Amino acid sequence: MTPPPTFLGKDLIGLEHLAREQIQAILDTAEVFKEISERPIKKVPVLRGKTIVNLFFEPSTRTRISFEFAEKRLSADTVNVASTGSSVSKGETLVDTARNLEAMRIDMVVIRHSASGAARFLADRIPSNVINAGDGRHEHPTQGLLDLLTIRDHRGAIEGLRVCIVGDVLHSRVARSNIWGLLKLGAEVAVCGPATLMPAAVETLGVRFFRRIEEALEWADVLNVMRLQLERMHAGYVPSLREYNRFFGVSNERLEAAPRDILVLHPGPMNRGVEIDSDVADGPHSVILDQVTNGVAVRMAVLYLLAGGRPDTAEAAKGGP
Amino acid sequence: MTRPLLIRGGRVIDPSRGYDETADVLLAHGRIEAVGPGLDGPDDAQVFDAAGKVVCPGLVDVHVHLREPGDEHKETIASGSRAAVAGGFTTICSMPNTDPPIDDPAAVGFVRAAGLRAGHARIHPLGAVSVHLAGERLAPVGEMVEAGAVGITDDGRPVRDAGLMRLALEYGRSFGIPVASHCEVPELSRGGSMNEGVVSTRLGLTGIPGAAEDAMIARDLFLAELTGGRLHVQHVSTRRGIELIRDAKARGVAVTAEGTPHHFSLTDEAVEGYRTHAKVNPPLRSEADRLAVLAAVADGTLDCIATDHAPHHYDEKEQAFDDAPFGLIGLETCVGISMTYLFRDERVGLSDLIHRMSTGPALAFGLEAGTLVPGAPGDVTVLDPDARWTVDARAFLSRSRNTPFDGWELTGRAVATVVGGEVAFRLQDAPA
Repeated sequence: MTPPPTFLGKDLIGLEHLAREQIQAILDTAEVFKEISERPIKKVPVLRGKTIVNLFFEPSTRTRISFEFAEKRLSADTVNVASTGSSVSKGETLVDTARNLEAMRIDMVVIRHSASGAARFLADRIPSNVINAGDGRHEHPTQGLLDLLTIRDHRGAIEGLRVCIVGDVLHSRVARSNIWGLLKLGAEVAVCGPATLMPAAVETLGVRFFRRIEEALEWADVLNVMRLQLERMHAGYVPSLREYNRFFGVSNERLEAAPRDILVLHPGPMNRGVEIDSDVADGPHSVILDQVTNGVAVRMAVLYLLAGGRPDTAEAAKGGP
Repeated sequence: MTRPLLIRGGRVIDPSRGYDETADVLLAHGRIEAVGPGLDGPDDAQVFDAAGKVVCPGLVDVHVHLREPGDEHKETIASGSRAAVAGGFTTICSMPNTDPPIDDPAAVGFVRAAGLRAGHARIHPLGAVSVHLAGERLAPVGEMVEAGAVGITDDGRPVRDAGLMRLALEYGRSFGIPVASHCEVPELSRGGSMNEGVVSTRLGLTGIPGAAEDAMIARDLFLAELTGGRLHVQHVSTRRGIELIRDAKARGVAVTAEGTPHHFSLTDEAVEGYRTHAKVNPPLRSEADRLAVLAAVADGTLDCIATDHAPHHYDEKEQAFDDAPFGLIGLETCVGISMTYLFRDERVGLSDLIHRMSTGPALAFGLEAGTLVPGAPGDVTVLDPDARWTVDARAFLSRSRNTPFDGWELTGRAVATVVGGEVAFRLQDAPA
């Protein structure tokens, strides 16, 4: 049976196709749900009786745990399926995995997969709600949303802010979700990094492209620093990590020279001393741990809304502390 | 002995000699007997009323993957050649990238024999350029030609080694065959699954830049010029590639080239939603590229319309985009797409369109086809340029269904296909 349409539609695949109002509503709902995690007893019966499968075809610690906490704090029943030690690693196709899960009458699937489009693929084939927890280089919408929430928390509003995404945009689903979400909420968006790590025609997405980090720091209010995976160096996208740090790394020295007080985000896991220096990560500009805290709230909001909850009844749904 | 066949009252278009008249075509003994108005057939002749239809030399597709041997779950020589006649083709050239590949005379003989046994379209195999398609040393080209190969190609993969390509073009000259080239610089296309551009950026898929194709087309044109060998550039998809070919032709380089219906009817927007039926190599490109391919087919820079019919099983396309194989099928939609995009849009007259689908490809590969001159093989296609129809992949005779055109409304269709004087296909449910 197909669940009735919700405020977000059946699935959350990406931010590209969400309306500004939907994104705002998720952030507002997350704001309401934040408080649950501050209670001594961190559990409300919002998703009681709902069955959720966390289907992770790619290793993930932070995102999987964040989803799991969000699900458990809303009282859902959850099962984790990881790619190792399951039928997934025995050559079963994605479509068969999905159909088998469906046959067990689940309500939602949270999927992480290395192929772009995998979440859409699954969503088109099963009636359960599907939440994209990262598909290839395409999107990672809940990460985008938690970045938006964190920026909003610290700067009051996103409209009119100048946000620059620094580093490996080519391989980054986080970058794409950030670009769509930020543009929809009225931010000015730029990307900065070597052209080898930028996708083709990146400016056609509606962003500026800075080839030098000095230009980005001159311009930006907020930096969202992308992880540089070590295999990118081995594949020749950058000559060395040392050189990358020297020309594109975010250091305190660079931040101090900037004309504005810059907020620094990083989706993790960090390569300290490569794309971001330790004194930045642990310093006053950094809101990296706030991002992690907000991740749970944002995921609770998404789960609640996809399960049929309304943004305006979130307060009532979670009950008092 | 087959009865003579009289195709009466159609508009007979034979681009091989600029013929375009309302006339009859008489076939006997498997060959064209006569063409002209008011022909009297022998008393026992079978009569086909072609009034209101176009009668032309049998269509030729020089780029077809039949998948046999090795991948009979996708297509067989019998099913593919049957799909061919249903699409109006009397002659097809099969690609050698099967498992095992067609890289020796016995394998060429196998394809020929299986084609004759199936008895649908005529099949002319292409042999491999290199042993095992490995790109290292030349396959026995002369022996394969002796066994019936009409050209050589490592299609599906490029001939990476420029030295080997040079040898193939030089050696091929002794046997009068073209080297058909899938032009792609692998170092530039590595890991790619669609055209590089704004759509690949939005979808988060690795792009294949047009330059990957352009650079290899340029290399092969230079080698053709150097050696005097005959080069056939397969499935050209880029505007720059077409310019290169046009320039080379103007310099007198012995080059022919083909364009596919999907490259002149679709762009990379068709991949939107991660549609694996739109995953093909070379990839669907930009609108500027699409229009360039269309114009080049119209003006003859691209000599042939070829389908690159590439069947894949349902399960193989039912995967995440990166995991699905490249390729789509085209035998049963080629006439409809070509007529809709080239003739209906008045880019090209019927005679030129038929040239690209019959005479042009026959000349490119030196095939005894593409003409209605008396004495030629009795291969004729009857087209209804006004037939409006809807593509229904479930009704295909191919074993596979991987088409991006399912549900499309097209105008123009083959209503009968005659091979060797015998009706090999006749559209039963022709719409009124």
